[in-house]
Amino acid sequence: MTDPHATEPLTPQGTGAAVVTGPGAVGSTEAMAVPVAARSQWWDVWDQFRTHKGALFGAAVFLGICLMVIVGPMLWPLDPTATNMRARYEPISWAHPMGTDRLGRDTFARVMAGGRISLGVGMTAMLLSLVLGTLIGMMAGYFKRLDGPLMRFTDLFLALPLLPLLLVMVILFREPLAARFGIETGIFILVVSAIGVTSWMQTARIVRGDVLTLKEREFVLAARSIGTPSGRIIARHILPNVLSPVMVSATLGIATAIITESTLSFLGLGFPPDFPTWGRLLFDGVPLLERNPGLAVWPGLFISLVVLSINYVGDGLRDALDPRIRGR
Amino acid sequence: MTALVEVRDLKMHFPIHTGLLRRQTGAVKAVDGISFDIREGETLGLVGESGCGKSTAGRAILRLYDITEGEIVIDGREIGSVTQASLRKVRPTMQMVFQDPQASLNPRMTVASIISEPLDEHTSMSRAEKRERVYDLMDKVGLNRRFANRYPHEFSGGQRQRIGIARALALNPKFIVCDEPIAALDVSIQAQVVNLLEELQDELGLTYLFISHDLSMVRHIADRVAVMYLGKVVELASRDDLYARPQHPYTEALLSAVPEPDPAQAERQGSRIVLQGDVPSPANPPEGCNFCTRCPKVMDVCRRVDPAFREVAPEQWVACHLHDPEHAPAGAP
Repeated sequence: MTDPHATEPLTPQGTGAAVVTGPGAVGSTEAMAVPVAARSQWWDVWDQFRTHKGALFGAAVFLGICLMVIVGPMLWPLDPTATNMRARYEPISWAHPMGTDRLGRDTFARVMAGGRISLGVGMTAMLLSLVLGTLIGMMAGYFKRLDGPLMRFTDLFLALPLLPLLLVMVILFREPLAARFGIETGIFILVVSAIGVTSWMQTARIVRGDVLTLKEREFVLAARSIGTPSGRIIARHILPNVLSPVMVSATLGIATAIITESTLSFLGLGFPPDFPTWGRLLFDGVPLLERNPGLAVWPGLFISLVVLSINYVGDGLRDALDPRIRGR
Repeated sequence: MTALVEVRDLKMHFPIHTGLLRRQTGAVKAVDGISFDIREGETLGLVGESGCGKSTAGRAILRLYDITEGEIVIDGREIGSVTQASLRKVRPTMQMVFQDPQASLNPRMTVASIISEPLDEHTSMSRAEKRERVYDLMDKVGLNRRFANRYPHEFSGGQRQRIGIARALALNPKFIVCDEPIAALDVSIQAQVVNLLEELQDELGLTYLFISHDLSMVRHIADRVAVMYLGKVVELASRDDLYARPQHPYTEALLSAVPEPDPAQAERQGSRIVLQGDVPSPANPPEGCNFCTRCPKVMDVCRRVDPAFREVAPEQWVACHLHDPEHAPAGAP
């Protein structure tokens, strides 16, 4: 009845490289030495990730865009802010692959320069809101005493009219931050923290809900009966299990952050008007949609591509990190 | 044999908060004053119907809850009233095997990391030593070492329960609470797991509190049996006495419900005692004896006075007025 070989061979997952000892070898010294060459979990994750075509494609597109916005401006000879009144509204050509805008600025150069800011703001703000949201949701879900206060705090933020709040934040902090870090970095910090601080609530609610169900699961009770302190229970048992919903809200968060940044810029609260960001370019292009659609289409296309590719990467990553799916 | 675990008047009440101000308006008396000893090396079976507080009692004894009242002494240490932080040092002595092997294993951890979690928490072994110990434990519970890097979802229910048992054994505990370890398993696997538990008991000298609603299984594994009803222990006796001569009407009814596989025997078994009505709510138990609303032998006194837990025969304790010389009807035992 205690036959260790009573089971069917299970899905050959992650043990492909291992030396499989035959039945009956258990207990012999050989089996003790090489039961399974403990393969790093991350190789399994990578193997699973590779099988997800969409995720691979998304990762490629995302990396391509990142490369373009980081390296592109160094190679492209045209300056994104140089005006040329003789070449306004130029169509697509070799000199201007995406045409020019109403001041004759090269759209390609502007998209690349704007991508730097937009991607930077999007990623950083998303990270910030993710960390904040997960922290608050985790605290509220895990510690019963903090639940009430923290969730009311979340409700408070959800109920706040965000635009006036952002307005106040910008008016209060723009000057000191700009003086401290320089105008560009100062506004970057301001915009990122403004977006991060006002967008963590959804994540917090999702995480709290998940933590509430997870902490009643028996494996958490088992950890407590072992004597694992709360901090390590959270890190070891709860956090890995709330990863999927967090990942989903993260991928959506990037898109929201990029759009919010453009809203801020549009209202004159973010980066200065001559400073290209994707959101800014989009808003500038919208009124000219009939006359020169390229101005709005290009930045819009890049925002969509980034969001889509990150979504796919997130999807693939979520599957790859879940051992239940990984085996299949 | 000396008592390894002493439980005295253990109470676990869960407060009920209602109204706008969340004031406490009552309490669910899940465990309401139970007392027993578990001797070193024995298995105490704890039986009762669903919702009678068996699992809560088991968890309260391990101090997974902050108990309302009472005294718990495990291996000479009083743990009823100490803080959770100072309990950490005592935890290795007492471990638990859970009911649902699917839910009690973290789906994102490998078998090796699940089994070595207690080692990570309480020992300063090196990685290699931990690995060796994990393999050792896997051998002990009959799991192939090759499975060490697999995840719980890849195993069958019985194998998962073995993983749970290996985890409980990792720190060489003296006392293990088995909280319905076989309830979620197939009948064919139940026997395997119970036999494994018995073998481990013989080999390692473990003491079990075996919680179950399966009376035949308890008869197989337990040395003594405690019967719970609505948060109280109504009868505590050695296995043979309890099954041969149940003293409490509730125990009688419970035992009469056990199906007899042999039809010839079933004829002789006699009529089934069918209890009328529902179990009262533990938030609002009846006055007097908890069982008075459903007892076929109820007397007047049962509705007024809560019966004391007294020894009616050597090593057989019952909480029932039928066995109280003061109230016992003429002709009753």
